[in-house]
Amino acid sequence: MSDVVEKTLTALPSLLSLDSQPGSAKLSTNSKLGSLIRGITELTSKHEEEKLIQRELSSIKEQVSSPNTTMRQMKELMVRTIYCEMLGYEATFSYIHAIKLAQQGNVLEKRVGYLAVSLFLNESHELLLLLVNTVLKDLQSTNLIEVCMALTVVSQMFPKDMIPAILPLVEEKLNHSKEIIRRKAVLALYKFYLIAPNQVQHIHNRFRKALCDKDPGVMSASLHIYLQLIQENPESYKDLTASFVTILKQVVAGKLPMDFNYHSVPAPWLQIQLLRILSLLGKSDQSTSEVMYEILDESLRRAEMNHNITYAILYECVKCIYTIHPKSELLEKAAKVIGNFVLSQRINLKYLGLKALTYVVHQDPRLALQHQMTIIECLDHPDVIIKRETLELLFRITNDQNVTVIVEKMLDFMSINKEDHTTADLVGKVAELAEKYAPDNEWFVETMNTVFSVGGDTLQPDIPNSFLKLLSEGFDDEEENKKLRLFAVNSYISLLQGEPSKLPQRFLQAICWVLGEYSHLREDVEPDLVLRLLVKLLNIKSTSSETKSWILMAMTKLCSGGAPLSVPLEVSETYSSSMDTMLRQRAQELQYLSQNPELQARVLPRGVSQEPMEVDSSLSFLDGFVSEALAAGAAPYKPPHQRQEELSRSKALSLEPYGLSLPISMSSCSIADRQSPTLLSVSSGLSGDRTDHSHKGGSTTLKLDGVRRVWGKEGYLAQRESAEETAPVEAPSPLQPLVQQGDGDASYSQTPTPIPECEQEKQQLASSLFVGLASQSSVCLMGKSEQTSQRFRRKLKDPAASFPSSTQNPLVSPPSSVGHLLLDSSISSDLISSPEQTHLSSVDLTVANGEVELPDRDMKGIKSTLLREDSALAAGSSPHEELDRPKDSCLTSHLPAELSGLPHSEITPLCTSPSLDLSSCHVQKDDSLVLLVFMKSSSDYDIQQIQVQVTCEELEVSCVCDSPVEELKSHGVVVCQYFLTVKSPSVYFVLSGMMSHQIPDNSLQETQFSHRIPLTSFLRPLRLSTEEYGTMWLAFSHDTKQNLPLMMDAEEPLTATLKVLKDKLQLHVVEIIGNEGIVACCLRQDQPCLLHCRVHAGMLAVWLRSPIPELPDCLLYHCQRALQES
Amino acid sequence: MMQFMLLFSRQGKLRLQKWYVPLSDKEKKKITRELVQTVLARKPKMCSFLEWRDLKIVYKRYASLYFCCATEGQDNELITLEIIHRYVELLDKYFGSVCELDIIFNFEKAYFILDEFLLGGEAQETSKKNVLKAIEQADLLQENIDFQTSLFAAPS
Repeated sequence: MSDVVEKTLTALPSLLSLDSQPGSAKLSTNSKLGSLIRGITELTSKHEEEKLIQRELSSIKEQVSSPNTTMRQMKELMVRTIYCEMLGYEATFSYIHAIKLAQQGNVLEKRVGYLAVSLFLNESHELLLLLVNTVLKDLQSTNLIEVCMALTVVSQMFPKDMIPAILPLVEEKLNHSKEIIRRKAVLALYKFYLIAPNQVQHIHNRFRKALCDKDPGVMSASLHIYLQLIQENPESYKDLTASFVTILKQVVAGKLPMDFNYHSVPAPWLQIQLLRILSLLGKSDQSTSEVMYEILDESLRRAEMNHNITYAILYECVKCIYTIHPKSELLEKAAKVIGNFVLSQRINLKYLGLKALTYVVHQDPRLALQHQMTIIECLDHPDVIIKRETLELLFRITNDQNVTVIVEKMLDFMSINKEDHTTADLVGKVAELAEKYAPDNEWFVETMNTVFSVGGDTLQPDIPNSFLKLLSEGFDDEEENKKLRLFAVNSYISLLQGEPSKLPQRFLQAICWVLGEYSHLREDVEPDLVLRLLVKLLNIKSTSSETKSWILMAMTKLCSGGAPLSVPLEVSETYSSSMDTMLRQRAQELQYLSQNPELQARVLPRGVSQEPMEVDSSLSFLDGFVSEALAAGAAPYKPPHQRQEELSRSKALSLEPYGLSLPISMSSCSIADRQSPTLLSVSSGLSGDRTDHSHKGGSTTLKLDGVRRVWGKEGYLAQRESAEETAPVEAPSPLQPLVQQGDGDASYSQTPTPIPECEQEKQQLASSLFVGLASQSSVCLMGKSEQTSQRFRRKLKDPAASFPSSTQNPLVSPPSSVGHLLLDSSISSDLISSPEQTHLSSVDLTVANGEVELPDRDMKGIKSTLLREDSALAAGSSPHEELDRPKDSCLTSHLPAELSGLPHSEITPLCTSPSLDLSSCHVQKDDSLVLLVFMKSSSDYDIQQIQVQVTCEELEVSCVCDSPVEELKSHGVVVCQYFLTVKSPSVYFVLSGMMSHQIPDNSLQETQFSHRIPLTSFLRPLRLSTEEYGTMWLAFSHDTKQNLPLMMDAEEPLTATLKVLKDKLQLHVVEIIGNEGIVACCLRQDQPCLLHCRVHAGMLAVWLRSPIPELPDCLLYHCQRALQES
Repeated sequence: MMQFMLLFSRQGKLRLQKWYVPLSDKEKKKITRELVQTVLARKPKMCSFLEWRDLKIVYKRYASLYFCCATEGQDNELITLEIIHRYVELLDKYFGSVCELDIIFNFEKAYFILDEFLLGGEAQETSKKNVLKAIEQADLLQENIDFQTSLFAAPS
């Protein structure tokens, strides 16, 4: 607020002394709070403050617990307590009184009580349960303010389990005549959706109603829910696209009441929310994206005012344009907006400009090229945040030509950065770039050294792992591998000769491994020297015991090289009595192996080539030992999960501490990856030189020699030298080739003729940073074709993804949907005539008019999907029905004989490629689910080598035959079978697949697809007796309770409801006694779920228990749907 | 969705805190301490946005008071800045050219206004008029009650 008068604490004493002045009247309303605050400001030390507050708190404590304290006094006390808590002093004693105040006070006292509750407690606090009754009472109050307060507190926090208790009341509020109440109710439902989506999933039609509310405030509140819903499942809400576009159109055109304007921009919050929703809907979906092009263009055009809020809208627009299916015209405009942001003098806009660039640079590298000089300037910006974002951008444009410069910039930044989080992030990025683009071995090793030393212990553990893996696996070129390893050895020996105590533990471990493994590559270094270095390391106090284990391992490997035994023996002596078991074991190994060369040679064979060792994973060589032990009375082996289960059941002592304490990778590597010592050819002189060369890092000046060398290697040397030669003659020449290659009207071309030295340096830097990009866009056509090919791939994926939901109703394109709506107008008319809708004022969102058709449309959508899912089960009872369907009939005949008698789902298309059509269905066997993929050739030639891979995180997928289908005759059909079992339950399982095949010219074609299977397909009845049920019930730990609707119109509601569940979900009804029933089902034999149902207050109270944590929730979801639908 | 909002003075004293995500008191204190330090260390002309740990911080200084919001990755930074601004406008309208002292001594009012403006971390009512109307209705009630109690000398 620009006109806020600056009154700081320095003015405090003078203000406080003027008690009689009118201005201070509001300061002294809370006189006791006032004196407390005044008292605190007069204090000079933290210690005094602490004493004062403690005194205050104990006096408050005394008063709140006194029975004579009135609610009015309590309110005042509570305000003071809030203040003390804000200062950081705990006042847990007051929490219960805050709840009491909210319960018993009059409206105003209640208000403070609720405020205190919302500040003191969070939604997992147990005291919150005590608030439920108060909220219930206030929700039913006739006083609007009380209702508002209750809804406000509910939207901030509410115990998850108690949502069903108040849900009906909150729902009811959606019909309230006051818009403020409706709005708050919608936000409360939003909160419920966030913390427990299952609890509100049956009232999705209510959300639709809120979206069509005549009050724009209520409507925009409902968008919060829709944003979440669409984020999770954009496919189901595509039909709303046109409505969101219409709403946005009206908002942009200024049709909303003036109240919604913010600095004369119409409803910016609403606009941004809608833009976010649209970008989710339009993402990789051309037809949906086309609906929104016009309004996006309009939004860009309207947002012209020079104010933060218009920039906020512009930024969101740009994000949306780059997310949805691209349109070149809009992209151009968006690029221009990004340019304006980047070039802006306002630092906030510059930051967002850079951020936008990082998002879009993959799609449009020219954009970064256009702004290269600005980017270079930002690299030296005084604000670290700008610098950091610039590095992020550079990270995205790194290629094998500019990697050295970019990594150097990142390392420079890390050396001045203090924040751990940023360091960890950047270190990971540097490691990634180094592995991907390293120009040569020396640079790679040196860079990784810096990564290890700077990253220290914040380093992600996978970085050293993948580094060591890379060293041991190497590349195809054995000579290159050796050079790399040798260089690493050299570098580490010199590091250990320096001051190893300063190196982080992770780095030391990596060094030890490399030295143990490869130090023999250096012929001129005696193993003894390396051993001594390692001993030195062992004796450093700060070395952790984990690192010590690594050191001992390295020593063990070194001993085989014929080193003198005195050192290792001494060491093993010391550590064989260590308290650390792992260390002791390593010491024993060292001792034993170093004295027994024959065994050593077998355990750690040297000179074995790269091929992985053959490992007998069944450990059959131990069979004799096992049978002997069993005969001697030993307990048979049990797999870990079984042990775990038994442990938890018997609550025996945990054997946890005896688990493995060393990374497995180490031990496995050391045995399997022994390297050959025979390839020694590089002179150490050469490698020494290289060490020197790359040791120069760390100076702050611009260092481009690294780049120069790379260019020489890559053949860029000539180009670069010519640029340097011409530089003095023609000022911007180092850039010129780039300018021409990039965009003609690049905005930095106004460089003045005499270029100061620093400017020249910057341009040099620019040319080295953007080198790869320039070459990419110089071959402009290629760049573009690459882009389109990428899009093409995405497009292919897209129909596959949308197929499962669109098999019955054809892809809904906007015009046809309009027609559809008109046809359905008879159904929708009763919605239109609902009382609220008749009050539509012409100003208030005329959209509502346009939208009334929507609810029923979507409900139909839901129904149709339900039907389809159920068809899997419906088909089960009458499989012959399938034959009537002409579409399926040809494929049904291809069902494998052994599966043909079993219930199977409808055959749905998965994806199509020019020559192949894929469809699938699943067949329910007693113990598993079989996914059948039909491949139907639509081409006139034979297709070869078809391979279909199906994966799913939550499912175990095993294919009947892993080998590709060798040949498919033209117009023939082949069927693949996959057995699916559940690993971890989920409401739906989304399988993603990849099909590849060869077409006649021998090129490989790949197509991706996805397929969705509901949990219900995996459910099987679990036939139990009541006694068995009883024992199982007690054994399971994970449970969920919820109320489900009861079929009240049936004669026996409970029986009827359970029958529906039995029929639809294949549950087994164990027994029904009175108003209680027990039901059981399972996924596999070891994945049961038990349901206990009870009729209570017109609802079916269901209590689910299972050993699998996720199963009850998922099953509940399907029960709810099954009941709703019937 | 907004994760939390903090108001603190140039001296680093916390004036208001609103958390929209459930965190333990210990975490809250730690975040507050570190964030206040980070923000106070920044110079006046610097960017209002910070990437801090895994949060996006948007802050702005008004006179002696810093307003600081933490949001999620996808949220629009500029609109968050405007949320802060609108809140300041609301406070200004309610208190009549607001200053830090108004917020110190009437912090519960500041909370009421905030709750009417933001709910559960989302903007619920962006119209200045409507927010203040809701607050004033409750305040009016207060006056009525005060009036009644003094009139009938009801036991307090």
